[in-house]
Amino acid sequence: MQMYDEGFMSDQEVELKHVPLEEVHIEAGGKMVPFAGFLMPVQYTGIKQEHLAVRHKAGLFDVSHMGEVEVRGKDALKVVDYLVTNDVFQLKDGQALYTVMCHPNGGVVDDLLVYRLGEEHILLCINAANREKDVAYILKSAPSDADVTITDTSDEWAQLALQGPEAKRILAKITSLDLDSIAYFHAKFGDVAGVQDVLVSHTGYTGEDGFELYIPVGGSRQIFEAIVEAGGDDLLLCGLGCRDTLRLEAKLHLYGQDLSDDINPLEAGLTWTVKLNTGRDFIGKEALLKIKEEGVSKRLRGLIVEGKGIIRQGYEVYAEDQETLIGEVVSGSFSYMLETSVGLSYIKAEYLGEENVLVKVRSKFLPAKVTKKAFYKNT
Amino acid sequence: MNIPKELRYTSSHEWARLEDDGTITFGITEHAQDALGELVYVEMPAVGDEFTSGDECGVVESTKAASDIYAPFDGEIVEINEALEDNPALMNESPYEEGWFARVKPAVDASEVLESMMSAEAYEESLHG
Repeated sequence: MQMYDEGFMSDQEVELKHVPLEEVHIEAGGKMVPFAGFLMPVQYTGIKQEHLAVRHKAGLFDVSHMGEVEVRGKDALKVVDYLVTNDVFQLKDGQALYTVMCHPNGGVVDDLLVYRLGEEHILLCINAANREKDVAYILKSAPSDADVTITDTSDEWAQLALQGPEAKRILAKITSLDLDSIAYFHAKFGDVAGVQDVLVSHTGYTGEDGFELYIPVGGSRQIFEAIVEAGGDDLLLCGLGCRDTLRLEAKLHLYGQDLSDDINPLEAGLTWTVKLNTGRDFIGKEALLKIKEEGVSKRLRGLIVEGKGIIRQGYEVYAEDQETLIGEVVSGSFSYMLETSVGLSYIKAEYLGEENVLVKVRSKFLPAKVTKKAFYKNT
Repeated sequence: MNIPKELRYTSSHEWARLEDDGTITFGITEHAQDALGELVYVEMPAVGDEFTSGDECGVVESTKAASDIYAPFDGEIVEINEALEDNPALMNESPYEEGWFARVKPAVDASEVLESMMSAEAYEESLHG
């Protein structure tokens, strides 16, 4: 037996960084793997059990590897609005926004969450693997005459994600915040398990209801343990393995697979995050207007396998004639809710009408249905 | 880690067991299934297929990875575990019993084949090496 596709488990040999809870994960039986430069738990009890726990009850993830950048000052809103494709000026205090940040040619630098904490204070949550690239890009691209201070505060925040239909009930036991008053894609500061100034955000990356907690770094263990106790039998510790299978079922993009510097948001099905008609000016606007006018050359689609077999990143996608290469799988795995393999692929524009395609799995062709929708979503 | 004494092993984490009729049943070890995680798909060979030791004769897939299964010795497949097609997780739950992979008629005498494979002690040692 030989592993030949380690997927997200593989990583380059780099000096590993450590999340504050690393020891806690090891004690709790977490199987640790390098990811985005951190040693992170890929699973505790098993990807399937953890996946289903989030779908049916609740799961707790340590996502402290995620990066945070804070932009403060009189021009904070203006600067962030110029950096990203979505409209930051529509945000009210305590509101969150999903967006991408683009290169001048329209390629995606990163996808991120923008929190308006105040008129002069914005928090950006960025992908761990892109931290250095993003910070350099933001510093380089912010207008030099703007009145802002831009700080990489990633090391000051730990982050936990409590996800699943029971998440709110569990979190309510250990916070004085009224969670019903935090609408979806909104956030409030409050106390959690005795830790002050926790940003409780009604967001997630699983397709389930849930919360992401931005925790001043010293408080993460206290909150982690309190959530485990409050969750009891309704909660499982979850690793990055099921984070990937959950986000794929919900068709949430993963940077480095579904998004990259060479892919633009119009191809990626993220047109809804690109606000072109509001008189705003932002990096990539001109290129994206042109791409919109000329039409995209490929577009992201979901594939649902019919029959047995697993589709994975890098597998070729063919038209039904078995000869015309029309795309390549960028994300692929097994869906525990659909009980078949699912994946995402960029399909060449002229074949976007195809409803049935073939994915080449080793020497065989595996039939798959094409879909525009999420495979599973409960939010 | 469960490594039954009565079985023989390969360094690539397959186990083998001699049957009364001189055929050999083989599968993947508990260590192998643990490293792979919950299996979601198994690609089986066909009865009658002939393999040389080290040939790819199947694939097991978890959500994390796809891995080849290698023929542990020369021979012909005489039976496959059809239950795995509907329930690949049998390899996780019962790697040495219900999760067996295939039964093979070896090209040479079975006892000779098994003699050339690792003992449980040697396999266990190889895991720690």
